[in-house]
Parts: sequence; structure tokens; C-alpha cells
Amino acid sequence: MTATASRHPGNAEDVALAPELLVRIHEAMLRARCLEERLIRMNKQGDGFFWVGGPGEEALNASLGLLVHKGQGPEYDYLHLHYRSTATLLAMGADPTDTLRQMKNTATDPYSAGRNFTNHYSVRRWNVVPVSSPIEVQFSMAPGTALANKRAAGNGITIVQGGDAGTHEGDFSTCLVWCSRPGHELPCLMIVANNQWGISTPASEQHAEKHIVDRARPFGIRTALVDGSDTELVYRELKKAMDYVRTERRPFLLEVMVSRLYGHSSASGANFVPDEVDCLVVFERRLEERKVLTRAAMDELRARCTQELLEASKRIREEPQPAGDTIWKHVFADRDLVHEAADRVSHGKGERG
Amino acid sequence: MATMVQAMRLALHVGEARLGVTDVFGQDVGPPLGGVFTQSQGLRTAWNSPLDERGIVGTAIGLALAGQRPVAEIQFCDYAFNMIDLLKLAGGICWSSAGDWNCPMVLMTPVGSGIRGSIYHSHSFDAQATRIPGWKIVMPSNPLDAYGLMLSAILDPNPVMFLAPKALLRTKATGAERIPGEPGDERALSRMIDAPLGDRSRWRPEWPEVEDLFVPIGKARTCRPGKDVTVVTYGRMVSVAMQAADVLSGEGAGRGVDVEVIDMRSLAPYDWDAVKASVQKTNRVLFLNEDTEVTNFGEHLLRRTVEELFYELYAPPKLLAGAHVPGIGLADALERASVPQLDKVVATLRDLATHEA
Repeated sequence: MTATASRHPGNAEDVALAPELLVRIHEAMLRARCLEERLIRMNKQGDGFFWVGGPGEEALNASLGLLVHKGQGPEYDYLHLHYRSTATLLAMGADPTDTLRQMKNTATDPYSAGRNFTNHYSVRRWNVVPVSSPIEVQFSMAPGTALANKRAAGNGITIVQGGDAGTHEGDFSTCLVWCSRPGHELPCLMIVANNQWGISTPASEQHAEKHIVDRARPFGIRTALVDGSDTELVYRELKKAMDYVRTERRPFLLEVMVSRLYGHSSASGANFVPDEVDCLVVFERRLEERKVLTRAAMDELRARCTQELLEASKRIREEPQPAGDTIWKHVFADRDLVHEAADRVSHGKGERG
Repeated sequence: MATMVQAMRLALHVGEARLGVTDVFGQDVGPPLGGVFTQSQGLRTAWNSPLDERGIVGTAIGLALAGQRPVAEIQFCDYAFNMIDLLKLAGGICWSSAGDWNCPMVLMTPVGSGIRGSIYHSHSFDAQATRIPGWKIVMPSNPLDAYGLMLSAILDPNPVMFLAPKALLRTKATGAERIPGEPGDERALSRMIDAPLGDRSRWRPEWPEVEDLFVPIGKARTCRPGKDVTVVTYGRMVSVAMQAADVLSGEGAGRGVDVEVIDMRSLAPYDWDAVKASVQKTNRVLFLNEDTEVTNFGEHLLRRTVEELFYELYAPPKLLAGAHVPGIGLADALERASVPQLDKVVATLRDLATHEA
């Protein structure tokens, strides 16, 4: 059932999207790229202890952010993302200045109040579950929100995303097993952003399987393998996968081949890797060829984004750092926020297990 | 009179009938077995999960984040060691998101020795659990507390670990510890809520009209007041401490040792005020539990006692805990040598009570 999708010359019409949508996707991708470049500069200038992010994955991540059913509670989509999901959040409408705040670990950082690395998002009002640094744990949590999605009214789904190296963890198998139990299949879209690296370890040394999606076959889980440098293709295949999960209430595994344009993280230097395919460059070339956007317009947008982020990064330098005694805040919750939000959903007659 | 496991089952029933519990799940938790200790027999929301502890805890976290009220079970705490990072994750969700999310879930697991469970069915978990901030941790020593702590755990907006001393699961309450509303006749209760042997496909429980009773998390209980020496303990060791107190009270023709027994009931947050008040009264204290003694929760209480109450102590405070060995051996002598026994508790308390300052 694996559908391998790649762009073939001559079939551009098959994947063509409306120009207005292409412009939206491009802007989301470009804004995310500019943000990542600003974050990397901040780190190198001492305005942040660590950088990790997703330059090279924007085609996938921006598309996801534009396609997600955004909202709070189990009637909407839940997002279990990883630390390369910058473009997803920006496409959903997150303020890039907030990412700079998390980079600078300011008290005003809305995602963690200066406690976590940058690109570790948490947005309860959008069902964005807190991103954590350990690889793949989100794949063990995803069946829980997917089960809640299934019980709730509406067509909300759970989307869980990780990398290729993370699929070695047992949590990946956990997700395959729990989402495909006979008679209890769950509306969960599993996305593997395959950049073919695990920090410094090449995937070719560690993966005996030809494709990661092949691991879903024994579970009867539908799959697709997509070239993540082809923005239109990624958008369309992602939408198809999401529509399938939304409609059929069954799991889907999507593997997207992506690039890692600045290495693993600041720990490995965060320097540009010239021999990786850049999905943004490929996309901009196509937009130019199809006369959707001019080179000048795209350059102008990039320059404007870059300048805005530079100015924002200067502003947030003046924002306060968290006080040491704030460590004692939020060890325990004093209100049941998640239950209050979900109270409108009836669970009494829902499916068990 | 309900046993502890019946009390847990009654609490879970109240949870799903009145407090919004949506899922009671784990390996063998659903029908037909209803839990290896029978704790989830007859529950409407009980279901069998894959044999996958990481999946059990991860799914519980996901359910909790989505506004459900899950009670997940790890069949024996001995099998919880492969998902310590998920426990850390659950405990850190509120803190790491600066209060944006909370994670209201209950994780119940049988702990401790006493059933000749050998190397992988005898572990304690209180030392591990108390090293994971963000969790509330409760550990009952009797059926009534098991009932009341479970109800409190279900309604708490935080992750709560319910450590069930497995050797006590089938012990009965005394008359003073009945759950409000439970039948007075233990055979009647059993007929109502214990699944029959054999085919259970048509069996349905008949739940008694038990009342809500919330034992507050974080409050200790003085099981036995005394003036000479304090034992601070929890779980299975509470009954050992009570027996030791009985032994010592009868010694010396009226000049027996008067032991005060504090049952912590909650390990996180814990009731320091109760410990402090008792130590200030007796000036002598023993911390007693069965987890391994190195980096033990009792060590923490002892350290705090030394730091805060040093000049009020008439004797060096003591810790009696499990031997720091990799497991509890099956043979009777091995288990007895691994966890505190009554004779050692009696002797230690006697030494403490008679120590010349």
C-alpha cells in the first residue's frame, strides 16, 4: 500500500496548486528560514545558549502548519512535533519574536518562560503539545490524543512528527502498534522527516530497511514516501494523508525526504551545508519560472523579514531574564486546564480502548 | 470489610461513575482478567492494552493532555524502569511549559515484597518515584486510605502515582476503617463485586452505594500516638511498625516503650509538619521503609531531621530500609534478609528509646 510519490518531469500539472496558495506557502517557508538564520546568528553572537531547528524541512513543515485544523480540545488536531517544526508554528500564525524570546531564554518566552531550548514549542490553545528534547517520546504519547480525537465529535486528528534516527526507538513501534490495534484503529498521522542523519551518524549505517515506511506494512497502515524538496508535491501528499486520516479515522505513515541545511544543531557548528538540496531554492525557482512571483519580490520579502527579525532580536535583548526564584512556579498545576477545555466533549459513551 | 484491592476497585468504580474517569487500562486490566490482582474487575472503562509499558504511560499522557481522565497500570513496578523518561516527561509537562499544560493522570502499580515474588515482582519504587519531581505520589497502608487516596488522585490536576503495597492488597480492613456505604458482610461484598471463577462473560458487578471520601494528598496520619519514640513509615511497613509498637508496649512490666507511628500516606508532597511535630514530641525517630537503603526516601527525611531538628534529638536518628542488592531473592531467608523484619524494627526502636543522650 506504499505510495511512492516523487516529482517526474512533465507531470507538473498533476501537482500544481493555486497561485494564491503557492504564495502563502512560500511566505511561510521564507519567514521560517529567515527566523532560523536569525536564531543561528543569535547563538553565534552569544544571544542564546543553543540552537536546533529545521532549515531544509520548510516545504513539509510550512505545509503542515497551513493544513492543520487549529484549535483547542479533541475536536481539533493535536500536534506532537519535534524541535525542527519552526515552519509549522509560523504557518499556524505564531509570532516569530516569541521564538527569539525562547532563544534568548527571556521571562517573556511564552513557550517555557526561559526554561527550554528554542524551537521547543508549547501552545495549548492550538493543541501543540510541549516539544521535548528526547527523541521520539512524542510517538508514545500520540495514541492517547488520537484516542481522544476518535471519541470526540468532529474530525480532529493527531499528527506526530519525528526524524529518521528516532524511528530506532521503541516509541516508533509503540505508535505503529497502538494505532493499528484491530477494531481500535486511531486517527493518527505519523510523519518521519528523513534527513538521513542521526546527529553525526549516517542513516545508511543504521537502517537495514529500504524505506522507513516499509515498517508500517505488516500493520496494514497506509503509507507514502515523498520527496521533501518538491514543495507542491509535499503539500499535496500531506493533504491527501491528512484527508485520509480525517475521513477514515485510521493511521497513516508519511515519510518525507528532507535536508538538514545547517547540520544537527549549534553543537555541530550550525554552518551551511552546501551539498544538500534546498527546498526553498527549488521552490523559488519554480515560482519564478511559472511567474507566480518575481525574483525581485522574493528578494524584497527576504530582506524585509531579515530586517524585522534583526530589529526584534535587538528589542528582546532588553526584555527581562527570569528570576531564579521562578523555578518553584508550576511544579504542580493548581487547575485542571486541559479538562476544562475538553469538558464540552462527551466521553460517557465513547469507545473504550 | 473490603480488602485493599476491593477498595481500589470501588474507588475506580466511583471514579468512572461520578468523577469522570474515562479509561482504566494496561496489560490484563480489562476483561476477562480484570487485573492480575483483580483491581479492575467489572469496571465499565477497563480495557486491555498491548504489553508495552512505554505505550501505556505515553498513551495515558496523551489521553490526559486531551482532557480525558485516564488511570493506567503498570502490572508490577519492576517493569516501570524502561519508561522512567516518560515519567520525567509527565512530571515536567506543567513546569516545562510554564503552566501552559497540565497532565491529570493516575498511574497505579503494585510495589514491594511480601508475596515471595523473587527478583522481578518484589521491587519497591518509592525511592525512584520520589526522584521525579512534578508527580504526586501516594502509598496507602490500609483499604480506607487506598479508597480515599485513589479518589483524590483521580481528581488531582497533576500526574499521581498510586503505589499499592502488593502484600497488603488482599488484607482486610478493621471495623474502624470501613468505607462509608460498603456492606458490613464481607461475603456479601465479595458476591457483589468479585468476578466468579471460570466463564465471566455474563457476569456484571453489583456496585454498593459507597460514598465519596477524599483522603487529602500530602497529609500523614498518626496511626498510634506515643511519647517515647517515633516511627515514620508508609505502605507495608506501617503494619510492621504497629506490631513492633505492640511488642514494645508490653515490655518491662508497665515500663514499656510508647511508640508513635506516623503513616506518611503521601510521599510527594509529604507532610513534614507531621514528622516535625512528632520528633519534637518524642525526640527520637526511626525512618522505616523497604526500598533499598542507598538514596532512599527515608534518607531524605533523616537528612532534613538532622538539619532542622538536630538539637531536639536525644538519640541519633535511624533508617531501616532494604539491603542495597540488585533484587530480592526467592528463598524465604533471602527475602527476610533483604527487607526490614519485625525483630529488627523492635530492636532498633528499643535502642532508640533507651539511648542515653
